[in-house]
Amino acid sequence: MDMPTPNPTVLAKKPRLVQRLRQVLPDDGVIDDLSETRAYECDALTAYRCPPLLAVLPASTQEVSDVLRICHEEGVPVVPRGSGTSLAGGALPTADSVILGVARMNEVLETDYDNRVIRVQSGRTNLSVTGAVEAEDFFYAPDPSSQLACAIAGNIAMNSGGAHCLKYGVTTNNLLGVTMVLMDGTVVEIGGAHLDAGGLDLLGVICGSEGQLGVVTEATLRILRKPEGARPVLMAFDSNEVAGACVSDIIKAGVLPVAIEFMDRLCIEACEAFAKAGYPQCEALLIVEVEGSEAEIDDQLTRIIEIARRHNPLELRESQSAEESARIWLGRKSAFGAMGQINDYMCLDGTIPVSALPMVLRRIGELSQEYGLKVGNVFHAGDGNMHPLILFDANKPGDLEKCEAFGADILKLCVDAGGCLTGEHGVGIEKRDLMLHQYAAEDLEAQMAVKDVFDPHWLLNPAKVFPLSVSESRRAVQVAAE
Amino acid sequence: MLRPESEAELAQIVAGLTAPVRIRGGGTRGVPGPKAELDISGLSGITLYEPGALTLVAKAGTPVAEIEAALAAEGQRLAFEPVDHRGLMGTGGTPTIGGVVAGNISGPRRIQAGAARDFLLGVRYVDGLGQVISNGGRVMKNVTGYDLVKLMAGSWGTLGVLSEVSLKVLPKAETQTTLAISVPDAASAVRALSAGLGSPYEVTGAAYDPALGQALVRIEGFEASVAYRAEALSRLFAPFGTVARLEDDPWPGIRDVAPFHGREGDVWRISVKPGDAPELAARCKAEALLFDWGGGLIWALMPEGADLRGRLGEFAGHATLIRGDRRQHAMFQPESAPLAALTRGLRQRFDPKGHFNPGLMG
Repeated sequence: MDMPTPNPTVLAKKPRLVQRLRQVLPDDGVIDDLSETRAYECDALTAYRCPPLLAVLPASTQEVSDVLRICHEEGVPVVPRGSGTSLAGGALPTADSVILGVARMNEVLETDYDNRVIRVQSGRTNLSVTGAVEAEDFFYAPDPSSQLACAIAGNIAMNSGGAHCLKYGVTTNNLLGVTMVLMDGTVVEIGGAHLDAGGLDLLGVICGSEGQLGVVTEATLRILRKPEGARPVLMAFDSNEVAGACVSDIIKAGVLPVAIEFMDRLCIEACEAFAKAGYPQCEALLIVEVEGSEAEIDDQLTRIIEIARRHNPLELRESQSAEESARIWLGRKSAFGAMGQINDYMCLDGTIPVSALPMVLRRIGELSQEYGLKVGNVFHAGDGNMHPLILFDANKPGDLEKCEAFGADILKLCVDAGGCLTGEHGVGIEKRDLMLHQYAAEDLEAQMAVKDVFDPHWLLNPAKVFPLSVSESRRAVQVAAE
Repeated sequence: MLRPESEAELAQIVAGLTAPVRIRGGGTRGVPGPKAELDISGLSGITLYEPGALTLVAKAGTPVAEIEAALAAEGQRLAFEPVDHRGLMGTGGTPTIGGVVAGNISGPRRIQAGAARDFLLGVRYVDGLGQVISNGGRVMKNVTGYDLVKLMAGSWGTLGVLSEVSLKVLPKAETQTTLAISVPDAASAVRALSAGLGSPYEVTGAAYDPALGQALVRIEGFEASVAYRAEALSRLFAPFGTVARLEDDPWPGIRDVAPFHGREGDVWRISVKPGDAPELAARCKAEALLFDWGGGLIWALMPEGADLRGRLGEFAGHATLIRGDRRQHAMFQPESAPLAALTRGLRQRFDPKGHFNPGLMG
């Protein structure tokens, strides 16, 4: 994986940087010892590691501003980090960069149930935002699988989704305001508890900008009242095409489930071996969940089951109790862990139009034969977000490379089918080199022009998102500024 | 009059511009600008519609009515319920989907379903140099690079000329009902609406019409569900005032600000935290008011030339002059200095020659 060569001038500045940063942060907020900076050498894309020059842990917006101002003056790249759960290498440092971790900023600043918003510091974990409001029967909707650990800052950077986003949207649909610090230390306030931008929608472009436009220190998030209840139904089919057609018919019938999850045979087998949830052995399995009062749930499930029956399912399993609901979800929720038991695996996250699922799965099957690597498919069927899980052996020389090549082919297939490279995980470093498969040069130029406005010296997380050759002249600005 | 009939022609025209233009869809929303117009109504037609995938793609000049008809035939709709400004502005013309997206035009259901920008999946636009730029796509989950789709929504043409938009659509509701709660003032109305919006009964419209003295709440869905939720909400609202079930559908009228139609004066649109609405609305000393989004949106009919922003003072939110003399009061709320620098920078990059609706947003 190509990363920019560390700048020797910056490397040589380490002692000076440490001294300047120690003037604006408490001692334990500046981490410069290799034994400790090693903790920041990678995120959840563990195949790639590089300890940063330094790590800093500011505890306030002011401290973040001071840190960025100093790094800007010194021409030092900064890599923001939430909880380091990125699967795309979003928080991977270079040896000449400073990791700026927001984990110490994790307070709830204000909860406002009347206006249905919560204001939090960005280092707070996703699940603990819901934790702060669940006593009043409220929740924060975007729920990535890593929600126990991932931070709101990272959610905003990657525009994270989750199983519930079919009904409730992703982070950008639930984000109302931020306090953000620009690379030169300027603090900006955008949005708030009111809806919609008063001018250009800066929040809209900041969300999903992968830590390249600024460091968000506080966020105003939408909170929602929990529905009265939820219940899943499990359906087994003997083909992917039929399962896909069933999903399409459910949507066309005007039912809007809160989640529609698809798993293929390999995933089902792995989950059964691991979680023993009692899943039927079949080609394709759907879990559809609906929300509302008991009566409303009954009504929606009746409609869904009637539609499902028209597709001759091998089995239909309606939950009759909270315990059964948990068992229906158990297999799906442990899918990644189950796959991990069998093998090392690489998890992709390309998105496709829902109608393209059968064709894409067929082609993935063909590629699997060609590459000699097995792949299991988990799929958010309501919104087309696929999670192919490619099994490989990290200890076998060449297997990682083969796996990455297979993954790249799958993602290109997603784009060719009318979809995109990434639905949830972001580009990071992982999909940088595929960007030109999805976008033309002028399309990437338009995106880079936005970064030019927010961070003219390209110091914030500069090696991410754009192919290095494409961003080279901009990144050279920071070197030339020396 | 410049009126391209294809994206390529549009790009060519833009590349050859030597003076600023006003970008015009249907001309229904009263956007001020230079006399020279760039009319995009020739770029028209739905290019893809997949009901089972909830996806529709259309050229920017496609009439909204055409899209709504195509969706209705499949039992679907634009859930964000775009405002039709013609009654309010006294304009004719045919609203286009490009105008809806460029203005982030969203109606009462925005409070629950989201705004136009939340349903926008992808855009193709022509930038200030005449290049065709693509961002997003036609899938709901897309975090591939920067989200310029959201940036284009609500940019009122200042960053580029939309040529094609991809939208997420949703099923129409089988049925709906509206509860009207008699309330003595705005503060009571906002409290009642807040109780409704904070309930698990999925309210999809929450408005207050002071002239009627009624807070209005909409419930949509399958018949049995609507009946159940209407009953539950009626009980919930009882402490706030008498609750009645409306026979007619007031929501198109709320959406289009019908109470102001045919009346003189300036029209302002104020976005606030709902709890602040009663106090801020009182400061306006308006001729008439209409509240939507649970109080989060205030429409104010003001005497011509009144300095509404002056009367509001410092407040969290923003006020937009929808109808009135924009030479006297800027259409858009002035931004803080650091934000103004960012937005200026963006306009400079997207439209270096300043040809697109210059001066409209800053």
